[in-house]
Amino acid sequence: MPDTEELHHNDLLQLVPKAEAKQSMKDFKSDQEVRWCPGCGDYAVLAAVQGFMPELGLAKENITFVSGIGCSSRFPYYMNTYGMHSIHGRAPSIATGLATSRRDLSVWVVTGDGDALSIGGNHLIHALRRNVNLKILLFNNRIYGLTKGQYSPTSELGKITKSTPMGSLDAPFNPVSLALGAEATFVARTVDSDRKHLTSVLRAAAEHPGTALVEIYQNCNIFNDGAFEVLKDKEQAAEAVIRLEHGQPILFGSQEPKGVVRDPATGDLKVVAVTDENRSQVLVHDAHAESPTTAFALSRIADADTLHHTPIGVLRSVERPVYDTLMADQLDAAVEQSGKGDLGALLAGTDTWTVVG
Amino acid sequence: MTSQVSSAAEKADEANAAALGGQRAPLSGTTGTTGGDGKEVRRLDRVIIRFAGDSGDGMQLTGDRFTSETASFGNDLSTLPNFPAEIRAPAGTLPGVSSFQLHFADHDILTPGDAPNVLVAMNPAALKANIADVPRGAEIIVNTDEFTKRPMAKVGYATSPLEDGSLEAYNVHPVPLTTLTLEALKEFGLPRKEAERSKNMFALGLLSWMYNRPTEGTETFLRAKFAKKPQIAEANVAAFRAGWNFGETTEDFAVSYEVAPASQAFPTGTYRNISGNLALSYGLIAAGQLADLPLYLGSYPITPASDILHELSRHKNFGVRTFQAEDEIAGIGAALGAAFGGSLAVTTTSGPGVALKSETIGLAVSLELPLLIVDIQRGGPSTGLPTKTEQADLLQAMYGRNGEAPVPVVAPRTPADCFDAAIDAARIALTYRTPVFLLSDGYLANGSEPWRIPETDTLPDLKTPFATGPNHTAADGTEVFWPYKRDPRTLARPWAVPGTAGLEHRIGGIEKQDGTGNISYDPANHDFMVRTRQAKIDGIEVPDLEVDDPADAATLVLGWGSTYGPITAAVRRLRASGASIAQAHLRHLNPFPKNLGEVVKRYDKVVVPEMNLGQLAMLLRAKYLVDAHSYNQVNGMPFKAEQLATALKEAIDA
Repeated sequence: MPDTEELHHNDLLQLVPKAEAKQSMKDFKSDQEVRWCPGCGDYAVLAAVQGFMPELGLAKENITFVSGIGCSSRFPYYMNTYGMHSIHGRAPSIATGLATSRRDLSVWVVTGDGDALSIGGNHLIHALRRNVNLKILLFNNRIYGLTKGQYSPTSELGKITKSTPMGSLDAPFNPVSLALGAEATFVARTVDSDRKHLTSVLRAAAEHPGTALVEIYQNCNIFNDGAFEVLKDKEQAAEAVIRLEHGQPILFGSQEPKGVVRDPATGDLKVVAVTDENRSQVLVHDAHAESPTTAFALSRIADADTLHHTPIGVLRSVERPVYDTLMADQLDAAVEQSGKGDLGALLAGTDTWTVVG
Repeated sequence: MTSQVSSAAEKADEANAAALGGQRAPLSGTTGTTGGDGKEVRRLDRVIIRFAGDSGDGMQLTGDRFTSETASFGNDLSTLPNFPAEIRAPAGTLPGVSSFQLHFADHDILTPGDAPNVLVAMNPAALKANIADVPRGAEIIVNTDEFTKRPMAKVGYATSPLEDGSLEAYNVHPVPLTTLTLEALKEFGLPRKEAERSKNMFALGLLSWMYNRPTEGTETFLRAKFAKKPQIAEANVAAFRAGWNFGETTEDFAVSYEVAPASQAFPTGTYRNISGNLALSYGLIAAGQLADLPLYLGSYPITPASDILHELSRHKNFGVRTFQAEDEIAGIGAALGAAFGGSLAVTTTSGPGVALKSETIGLAVSLELPLLIVDIQRGGPSTGLPTKTEQADLLQAMYGRNGEAPVPVVAPRTPADCFDAAIDAARIALTYRTPVFLLSDGYLANGSEPWRIPETDTLPDLKTPFATGPNHTAADGTEVFWPYKRDPRTLARPWAVPGTAGLEHRIGGIEKQDGTGNISYDPANHDFMVRTRQAKIDGIEVPDLEVDDPADAATLVLGWGSTYGPITAAVRRLRASGASIAQAHLRHLNPFPKNLGEVVKRYDKVVVPEMNLGQLAMLLRAKYLVDAHSYNQVNGMPFKAEQLATALKEAIDA
């Protein structure tokens, strides 16, 4: 599988022209003043993206960032590429039109938990199932920031916010589970403050042919500060974070090593303390598994309230025909079958009569 | 058979046609000759036929075929398909009746006709639903096989209308269509249900004989349509021929008719028959070719616009990309994304879809990118009447957005005109970098008429250059690119597409600084930008309104869109009866033609017929302070010429 995948994404990436000269992070910074709140997690993600882009070596005029509405959606203004800050929730549809009509572009979508999962939920799931060549960065801070602190579709049940003084009544979405259910071919999760991990996930997403969804846990220090502290604090993180690596056993924990095994009774996954007896039963992560079942089970292993046992890394990366490629193939096939369109012949049709003077 | 002779009022069309066309074929109903079968052949100048049956009876197909035969024969024609929103409403019920009306003539005509000369009723429901429109003396062909107790009871006939004398005033031809069809197809050994389905072809054959229509086209069509089921193809051909032969041999049909080709009505050229949605689709494809841009359609299926999505999907060899989105919003979103990337982008929909697309249209106004929004209007509000026509989206197209968000509006006037209107809308979108509304409607979409096929080299050049380099010198002398620096003549901003080195820029829905396009909340800048966007639309070049006023009339009738046919027919009638009236018809609803204010103020009275409650009239009153009078109809059907003529006469005399 990895071999053909590599072959394929090379094909797709080759459609995007390469940069003529070596690029640096500076080339990707626009002249606009960044206006997020001081201390916002978005700064870290912006720096990571700007720092990572030169690595792709793509002509920056062939890179486009499209966003919706929300704090994170200001992102395109800070990238010195082409960009569109659109309307709430619609970025995936706009990016779909751009990517399917211009295969020579590298198209990125920047969105948030409200933008992507609330008002734009429909567009997100359909982009994922179609497998359009888009890279979607979903900044999840589990709160509405730009509208000043209402609960979001990823906020925990019972969350006290301005619009839910007695606690929210909504069961939250798990974006990774949702994406897997929507037939996504690439789903990953990372954390804003872990630059190295974030970059490695971005790299994998960029190389993926088709839609890649990257959920980025991002801290809103104004309205939901510390939401992911358990995943960031060194001591707690060792127990809370499960780092997934393709082909590696799923192990974590500092003092007592823990691992993920399959429960023979239910078929579901569970976390166990690893012993010499059960070490061989620890699940080896297979991001390329044809079936999304195990990836889905992994996405459910975290505790929604405490975030303990949160898997990060690439949960799923499989190859499936890319929508844009299929669309382009149909155009080519039509020309092959019927010849290049002839307007005069089209207008005349087959059933005509002539009036002579 | 007096019914098939035109009434005095209807002859007005001819009077005008004669005046315009000079020489023409002999007039109606008087010339009798004898045909090859020994039966009398009468010449008519025009006929209106209505096929009516159950939604599953294939009436639309029957009508389409008769139309094709008529078009290839060279008559002028106009059609009105009329069908329920349900695909198969309960069989034999009034809501399930589907009909197709066709008006054809030896001269130029403008409407599908007010009242049918011939009604073909495939069942009691079809008779009951349509009889009110049929004038006394007209011919009615009924399928007697369906006039049994249950189907009649279903629509409330206590006694058979074929026997109780209620149809005495009509010329009724009772024909056991089903029985005759089954008999004709006996040797095919088809299941009864399957064989019965060919009864519409039997009816078509009979009518084709009655009006001396060419038949080769229909036979070729049937063989192509059922190419994979040759037995069904031959069965349909056999039913079609049996219908023809039945007319020729049975004594009930003593006379057949001839309607000569309308050779004097048409300028020289090559013609085809075309529906509004097909003409509009071709206009879009042509616009893409003329602009040398790939055409991109983002759309979601909705009646009565879906045909355009279907048609464009068939022409991928023109580089046309069609994207069936998850919803209306994504349809226009994808189109806007493609516009950003340098495609000629289109979204097609009807009123409810426009409502959903409004926010994205506003974004397109703010981004100043070319985008066509095709609204095939239907009855509203909400789901309304999905398969019926209306003109009630004008104000939605004009104003249905938040903020000051002006959008040009273009409206075709006839089915064939949808081709030119689409090209015109594309011209405006590309030249001025703006979304443009193309307001067609259900009547134009499904109706058809002959179309003179244009030579492609006579079509306008729509090529629009992309920005290729810097367009501004900064204070420090460096050359920079300003995405909102405007062309001083058109006020259009540059179209700089991704992939162009050095022009990287960001655009969005937030207010932007004049020139640089950077985010700006400056009050004076916002005021300037709002006024500039408005000025750009106000300054769009559109031709002056032409007024047809041969006799210095005091009253002007002013319409827009699909009312052109009925209004023009009504005006001809009035003038033929000696009344004086001026006529003008708007294609551009935003901006209005520069001379419109002067035109409407020139007349004592201005009457505005619309298939809404007075939306154009309101715009005219607001903009020009004129006392425009509305004449309105919102019953899902186009105006009838006679009814309009009466209303206009009252206005003239008032």
